Amino acid sequence: MIEVISEDRCTGCNICVNVCPTNVFAPAAGGIPVIARQDDCQTCFMCEVYCPDDALYVAPHATEITHVTAAELEERDLFGSYRRSIGWIRGGRPRPAPEIMQRLEHR
Amino acid sequence: MAFPPTAASSVPTASLELDADVLVIGGGPAGTWAAIAAAARGAKVVLADKGFCGSSGATAPSGTGVWYVPPDPARRAKAMNSRWDLGGRLADPAWMRRVLDRTYDNVNRLAEWGYPFSDDADGRSIRNGLDGPDYMRLMRKRTKAAGVKILDHSPALELLRDDGGAVAGAAGVRRQKADTWLVRANAVVIATGGCAFLSKALGCNVLTGDGLLFAAELGAELSGMEFSTAYAMALEGGSVTKTRFYDWATFTFEDGSPIPGAASKGGRSVIARVLQSRRVFAQLDKADAETEQAMRYAQPNFFLPLDRVGIDPFRQRFPVTLLLEGTVRGTGGLRIVDSTCATTVPGLYAAGDAATRELVCGAFTGGGSHNAAWAMSSGYWAGSAAGEHGRHLRGRNRTVLRAGGVGIADGPGRAIDAAALTRAVQDEVWPYDRNYLRSGERLTDSLGRLDGLWRGARMAQAASLDEAQRTREGVAMLATSRWMYRSALSRTESRGMHKREDFPEKDDSQLHYTTSGGLDEIWIGHERAPSPEVEVLAA
Ligand SMILES: Cc1cc2nc3c(=O)[nH]c(=O)nc-3n(C[C@H](O)[C@H](O)[C@H](O)COP(=O)(O)OP(=O)(O)OC[C@H]3O[C@@H](n4cnc5c(N)ncnc54)[C@H](O)[C@@H]3O)c2cc1C
Ligand code: SF4
Ligand code: SF4
Repeated sequence: MIEVISEDRCTGCNICVNVCPTNVFAPAAGGIPVIARQDDCQTCFMCEVYCPDDALYVAPHATEITHVTAAELEERDLFGSYRRSIGWIRGGRPRPAPEIMQRLEHR
Repeated sequence: MAFPPTAASSVPTASLELDADVLVIGGGPAGTWAAIAAAARGAKVVLADKGFCGSSGATAPSGTGVWYVPPDPARRAKAMNSRWDLGGRLADPAWMRRVLDRTYDNVNRLAEWGYPFSDDADGRSIRNGLDGPDYMRLMRKRTKAAGVKILDHSPALELLRDDGGAVAGAAGVRRQKADTWLVRANAVVIATGGCAFLSKALGCNVLTGDGLLFAAELGAELSGMEFSTAYAMALEGGSVTKTRFYDWATFTFEDGSPIPGAASKGGRSVIARVLQSRRVFAQLDKADAETEQAMRYAQPNFFLPLDRVGIDPFRQRFPVTLLLEGTVRGTGGLRIVDSTCATTVPGLYAAGDAATRELVCGAFTGGGSHNAAWAMSSGYWAGSAAGEHGRHLRGRNRTVLRAGGVGIADGPGRAIDAAALTRAVQDEVWPYDRNYLRSGERLTDSLGRLDGLWRGARMAQAASLDEAQRTREGVAMLATSRWMYRSALSRTESRGMHKREDFPEKDDSQLHYTTSGGLDEIWIGHERAPSPEVEVLAA
């Protein structure tokens, strides 16, 4: 579930308000968005993917809240890790050699 | 604010009113391909999505395999035959061929549009897979470039009709503006995806069967609703229902002893049975280091949740669950009556998961790339035909009436408690021993309660603007569950994904499609599958 919007990182661009398919965020006048409907979060990670400032964190737990804090996430370098893992970064996601990719074919 | 009651004489109004040749409802792959195809026919097109076109739906957050097979007869035949028996021979070989052709063209067009395919060792572009975020971002861009007007966060709540019963547009809410929209259109494409009953399977909580309900309210028919038992594996308590890599897994009980017969493919019902009373653990111990490297590249989001909770799935056991994906990776949906993906309602077309996929998959889809192929092909056909139809009727002065019923039309009873209704439906369709492992007795038992819920709901007064979306989602899931279970009850055999404990074998006197429809009274019909006697298919 969506758990953290980092106040230090967020620039208030409201992209997450727009892209969240289940309308979890609400814009706040002149400030950073709020997690207004956490129960509606479907744990799809799309907000993290689209956030230009790596300010969001979605815990992989879909049904319970972990209470992780921004400080812990900074420490573990988890902000932006979804975007990096799918290759939405300069250079994309380097593809392993074809012989290695073939390993997935025979099952 | 209350919705105006549905009255045949009332002319619907909304905060935002638009006129178009074609309205596409849903902006996943099926909807975006439909919108682009309709615009290419010169139609003026509006696309409305419940969420955000580009991030919403089942494809956007996932990687997706695509049934992309070059037009070489041997390879095409192999591709078709690999699924023929799996689908219980209910697919239609002619449709399989045309979907292979269409998909090949569409994917090549994605390459022209700049989709970043990588190359294989011989420098050939690899086109049988798409990354959801990239694919859907590109589709949004192309949809806009085609001149389509996109309404985001604008769930449709009902269709509009003319006085002859043809579709005439749709109406809904703009949930971030707390007001309403209405589009008068001569053709409508339903591309609202499948129904996963708010199970939180990846990207699926926008998929509540809305389009099936709207279409049925105009008299459209469904087909294959018994093939709605897709359950996909995920980390316990998680959402990422990527199942492919469990082919490399060993499944164990909590104490570490192996579960006899458990497997992701061909042994998933064993896992479902165990999960009813005990936990199930998996470990990808059949993969070596190189396979691990390939996997991490191919599906990074399979690993992300595990990484975040500190589990190494290759070296550690982790608890898993099965989440209901219903018709998203099932095959049932709106019945299609011709090659344009038309429904039985004039002007109304269906595409993607909202349309029956039996034509290409028969009784089973699950994993595999047919779903993506079907979404882009059916979207393309539905959009093209809707574009022609809509433009042809341009300028006709038509009466426009509301067609929405339960939940937004006014009745004498109290308003529906959407959360309670949703939970009540989930209680009947989530449990493995009701939906996955079916029996006549349990289906009948569930139907008794589901029909009771319907009788209560249809008396309700109209939902408030705030509650309208959730109310209609609850009603749509309720209607969907009743078509599913009535269809399941009528198929007294096990075929494809439909498994009956009381009829565990195939019965070849039932090589038909199960059609269904109706709301207050649900009817069931049969239509013979086109060529179930054929043993081997030719390309
Ligand atoms: C985890 C997962 C992995 C998958 N992997 C594969 C794979 O590898 N290969 C494959 O072929 N298939 C795969 N599938 C299936 C595939 O994702 C679907 O078949 C495909 O997304 C269907 O496209 P669609 O456009 O019909 O529906 P969707 O992509 O689900 O889009 C439906 C859209 O309709 C909108 N909508 C819903 N209701 C309304 C309403 N009332 N008003 C307005 N808009 C509405 C939604 O917001 C959504 O944007 C997978 C599915 C899942 C869940
Ligand atoms: S997308 Fe990121 S930076 Fe923009 S408002 Fe949301 S959290 Fe803040
Ligand atoms: S994870 Fe998905 S549903 Fe949850 S807040 Fe982010 S975008 Fe919205």
